Amino acid sequence: MARITASVYTSHVPLIGVAIDTGKTREPYWQPLFAGYEPSRRWFSAHKPDVVLLVYNDHATAFSLDVIPTFAIGAAAEFLPADEGWGARPVPKLVGHPALAAHVAHSVIQDDFDLTIVNKMDVDHGLTVPLSLMCGQPQAWPCPVIPFLVNVLHYPVPSGRRCFQLGQAIRRAIERYDEPLNVHVWGTGGMSHQLQGPRAGLINKAWDNRFLDRLIDEPAALAQVPHVDYVREAGSEGIELVMWLIARGAMADAAGGPKPHVAHRFYHVPASNTAVGHLILEEQTS
Amino acid sequence: MALDKPYLDIPGTTVFDAEQARKGYALNQFCMSLMKAGNRARFKADERAYLDEWPMTEAQKQAVLARDLNAAIASGGNIYFLAKIGATDGKSFLQMAASMTGMSEAEYRAMMLAGGRSIDGNRVIGEDGDAQADRQPQGSGGPGCEGGWKKAER
Repeated sequence: MARITASVYTSHVPLIGVAIDTGKTREPYWQPLFAGYEPSRRWFSAHKPDVVLLVYNDHATAFSLDVIPTFAIGAAAEFLPADEGWGARPVPKLVGHPALAAHVAHSVIQDDFDLTIVNKMDVDHGLTVPLSLMCGQPQAWPCPVIPFLVNVLHYPVPSGRRCFQLGQAIRRAIERYDEPLNVHVWGTGGMSHQLQGPRAGLINKAWDNRFLDRLIDEPAALAQVPHVDYVREAGSEGIELVMWLIARGAMADAAGGPKPHVAHRFYHVPASNTAVGHLILEEQTS
Repeated sequence: MALDKPYLDIPGTTVFDAEQARKGYALNQFCMSLMKAGNRARFKADERAYLDEWPMTEAQKQAVLARDLNAAIASGGNIYFLAKIGATDGKSFLQMAASMTGMSEAEYRAMMLAGGRSIDGNRVIGEDGDAQADRQPQGSGGPGCEGGWKKAER
């Protein structure tokens, strides 16, 4: 039986990818941010999973306005890093896990979450920046990754409650998989940021840190927070944080099990226009 | 019955909902076309001619020509699509964001380094924060204070 051993949460700011790709991580602007992820890379090396199910959003890269899936799962054998208008990131291609992805899709759809299945697409910074932050710059990514996409561009986006419930359904799906795989579920995006209009540049440290506290301690209650609170308090793009609730819903305590252990917590302002938040939660084995 | 849109009272913020997406479909798909190098070259060679290939409103075309992102958003543009225009011009997301506030790039960067724009006074229209309409544009006359970066460069 496959099992979930940890969840990872991180912002996926595109300029972080640029800083990594162009060797700027030791510059004064970036040094504090990358220092916050040094423990994460050590932790990842010591807790390498067999598969990562990585929740992120496409940023008008693979999906235009032609088709707008609310929830989608990448079921292909491999995915290439996308050219987002300034050339593809020089990072490895993504190796998928078609068998587990098909299994999760089957199980989750039977659980009333009507996923779109994607067999051909390129993956943008929303997926590749978290991998770079956790894994550094390897020749090949250390394990297969299943892209799991959420629409957070086109309103209404799915509610926090729906995302949390989807995480619970993903947990049930993974626990029904026969092969004994060690699986991580990652939630990405956020934290507070607004990229548009006269309110661009909004950062709300108090709200972000309260979100981190509640994500750890009372995720089911946090999942009841309505969209408008995210937009008002954390900016129009801060709504990405609902994706963290998918990963959090996949942890044992959302299914009546023990609370996870906080292996790492980090918060930093700014990266470009954005507040960067990061958490690693490990399942308790006892 | 009217749809529930509780986000309409947030200052300086346009939520890209189904109504905006309908208004902005052609504008955003034009932006998406700039993902291809050949299209970028054709757009740069004759912006107006390239825009005229798309069923966009004149206001949308003028917003693109002026790089006035606030006007583009008001007419249905989404920032992630509009960012393709910035990428075509070699502008960073930070430069694009600054252009919407009236701040110069340096002023905007300094605001972010100081912890970003404060939420105080910027939650609801009618408060006294720096994103409120009566305090915009807020820059001291740097590029973008007149709207888009294109206009500022002229």
